[in-house]
Amino acid sequence: MAAGRSRIPATKHSVERFTLDNGLRVVLAPDRSAPVVGVAVVYDVGIRSEPEGRTGFAHLFEHLMFQGSENLEKLAHFRHVQGAGGTFNGSTHLDYTDYWETLPSNALERALFLEADRMRGPRLTEENLRNQVDVVKEEIRVNVLNRPYGGFPWLRLPPVMFDTFANAHDGYGSFDDLESASIADATDFFDRYYACGNAVLAVGGDLDVAEATALVERHFGDVPARPAPVRPDFAEPDLTGERRESYTDKLAPLPAVAAAWRVPDPIGDFENYLPYVVLAEVLTDGDASRLVERLVLRDRTVTSIGGYLGLMGDPFDVRDPTAMVLQAHLPPGGGVDKVLRTIDEELDRLAADGLAADELARTQARMATHLLRETDAVLGRTLQMAVLEQQRGDPGLLGELPRLVGEVTEEQVRAAAATLRPQRRAAVEVVPGGGAR
Amino acid sequence: MTVRTLPPLGPTRKLKLPREVERTLPNGLTVIALRRPAVPLVEVRLWLPFGKAHLARGLMMSQTLLSGTDTMSSVELAAELQKVGGGLSSGLDSDRLMISGNGLVTGLNRLLDLLAGVLTGATYPADEVATERSRLIDGIRMAQSLPAHLVRKALLKRMYGKHPYAVQTPEPEQVEAVRPAQLRTLHAARVRPAGGILLLVGDVQPAKALDAAERALSGWTGDGAPGELPAAPPLEPGPLLLVDRPGSVQSSLRLALPAVPRTHPDHAALQLANLVFGGYFSSRWVENIREDKGYTYGPHSTIEHSVAGSALVVAAEVATEVTGPALLETNYELGRLASLPPKEDELEQARQYALGTLQLGISTQAGLAAVASAYAGSGLRLEFLAEHAARLAKVTRDDVAAAAATYLAPARAVTVVLGDAATVEGPLGVLGPVRTETPES
Repeated sequence: MAAGRSRIPATKHSVERFTLDNGLRVVLAPDRSAPVVGVAVVYDVGIRSEPEGRTGFAHLFEHLMFQGSENLEKLAHFRHVQGAGGTFNGSTHLDYTDYWETLPSNALERALFLEADRMRGPRLTEENLRNQVDVVKEEIRVNVLNRPYGGFPWLRLPPVMFDTFANAHDGYGSFDDLESASIADATDFFDRYYACGNAVLAVGGDLDVAEATALVERHFGDVPARPAPVRPDFAEPDLTGERRESYTDKLAPLPAVAAAWRVPDPIGDFENYLPYVVLAEVLTDGDASRLVERLVLRDRTVTSIGGYLGLMGDPFDVRDPTAMVLQAHLPPGGGVDKVLRTIDEELDRLAADGLAADELARTQARMATHLLRETDAVLGRTLQMAVLEQQRGDPGLLGELPRLVGEVTEEQVRAAAATLRPQRRAAVEVVPGGGAR
Repeated sequence: MTVRTLPPLGPTRKLKLPREVERTLPNGLTVIALRRPAVPLVEVRLWLPFGKAHLARGLMMSQTLLSGTDTMSSVELAAELQKVGGGLSSGLDSDRLMISGNGLVTGLNRLLDLLAGVLTGATYPADEVATERSRLIDGIRMAQSLPAHLVRKALLKRMYGKHPYAVQTPEPEQVEAVRPAQLRTLHAARVRPAGGILLLVGDVQPAKALDAAERALSGWTGDGAPGELPAAPPLEPGPLLLVDRPGSVQSSLRLALPAVPRTHPDHAALQLANLVFGGYFSSRWVENIREDKGYTYGPHSTIEHSVAGSALVVAAEVATEVTGPALLETNYELGRLASLPPKEDELEQARQYALGTLQLGISTQAGLAAVASAYAGSGLRLEFLAEHAARLAKVTRDDVAAAAATYLAPARAVTVVLGDAATVEGPLGVLGPVRTETPES
């Protein structure tokens, strides 16, 4: 009855890379299967680079980048993208900030113009700053303060796991810090981090390489050259003893827990990092995975469990230090201790006894589907390539990932599981403080 | 500083629709296949009409459909799906049961066999049903602590009264009462090929995909009696309904307005009117309450289509202290568009956005599957997209003005606010009558 091991298909995306004289790195990834393009600009600055007293500033600054630029009034950016039939957004991560548009391909030049204009200089005004501080406060209220499990676990785990301000602080920011941010702060931040030498432009989709190269040079060629700042080392020593904290969430009706362990450097030690990405899926991908079968279906000690790499669920676009996270929601009255003990037990069993005959292969096949599905979308492909270029100088890695995931061995997964010891674990527990209504 | 001017757009690329092939099997199932070969995957969507079903049982059925068959346990089924890079999930709403999946295209036959095994042999084992029952109850408890869920619940009830659409989430005690035998009975009565639509999208030869589906699913038989829903009742404006959530730091603002189905002659004009009002970022309402006043983060206004009716829903989460002013601006922007035609450039911008996002929406396998299955569920095929694009291209300012006067008039709105009543009741009361409720427990 069983089908044999699925062959993991290779996909080959054609990728062109070059660097403009001003230091801007460019990636072009043509794919003419649909008449749409994706444009992404990624700056090498994120939450970890925020100065003390300025929590949430990288994200606030992302908002300011949409508030007008050298040749564009406030609101113009949105109108020009959407009036060309496109969509846009930006997002702030631990190690980078991205800006993107996806549009019908006849609007490619327009998108390049818009991104170049704000790379030369955003229009930073007091009025826009105050307006966007208000908007960001509403964003924090809707995503964190006014809802149960707000910020769990991405804002709650870092202060348990890490000690330095860079790694441990709240990336959304405190209202005090946001309110005291000034135009001078914004100008400094732009000058320091939004240098074209600190950025990558990626364009994917329905484009001709020669034509797109000429357009990129026309619009970005005269952005003044400014070098990238030296990126500090954010390394911290691993935990030597278990850390465990809990907090009461007054809106949450049920308990929850997240546990995390440090993993090898995703960039410098990719070969030893990748088995953890596979391990997270072996443990939690669907009913046939170890922890779902055990904790959800058999013991019924959790109602759901998920596992992923990177505190923001970003296995291939985060730098060291980072973590593997397991996150579970419990039924009423459920005990977190028991859940953590069972996880330890299952990790031990996996490390000692290894995997079942088809367990690794079927997990890898499913991972290949997920990876390929993300690259079907021009935007997903373009953004990932931009970050891979920035952090690794290797945008083509995207096409290699299904194969590389498929080459991870049972021995590597077992070895990874063996490192996830309780004494290296940081855990945070949500104590429910709210009724159901 | 050099003044640079915005480059013009290149020539518009024609909407390119993939070829759609279709076959109705002897058992009554319609199968549609579409080719998009960019990645070696396939998307599967099975749309089964499911109106008027018992809510708690229907939801439990969709939650336990994949919990085991006559030949496989839930874990074995999940493992067999994984082997071909595949996955299946099932979901229910007031109109349909939808089984969605995807996988490596090399595993399509196996994926379809496993799907057929579920459709003809799901067993609803007592143990798994007990597990899923507790999970669903916990999920409902969790949802009941979310402002977005609570305000949605109040809005649906206010919009639909006694219509089945009024309640879309069962109470925990109703789920508690569901037994496996009831699920088997419901499956036998309603999980039927007649009236169902199976959609396959991906790196497939469409004709071969139809053959594969026919081979796998022709053994699935039985007559179904799809539950015909009565038409949704018209909205009845009245006092603003304020649902108390003490201590809330934001208010959830919702307005429901009338809308028409995709096939209605007013649909294209209404879609553009909605965009100009609040349906995208560059709309009057978003520019006003977010970019000018900073009241909110993600306001949006959407036309929702269901089988028995359509509605336009306006939604924003606003700071508690500006709840009154935010509603004032919302009604102002609705009233302004309902009273005066939009400017030419506003209409053009909205039109380009509507046309462009049609292209973007079908540029992935998953997007194409979503659009084609939503259309198929309304009796339409993908070619409707081209017809709709042609209609969007022709809409005039007068058409938008007429649509706005008919559908966006604030006088026709049903308004619900969830928030800290002690703080916001007064400010809302100065704008019109308010009826305050505490959520039922």
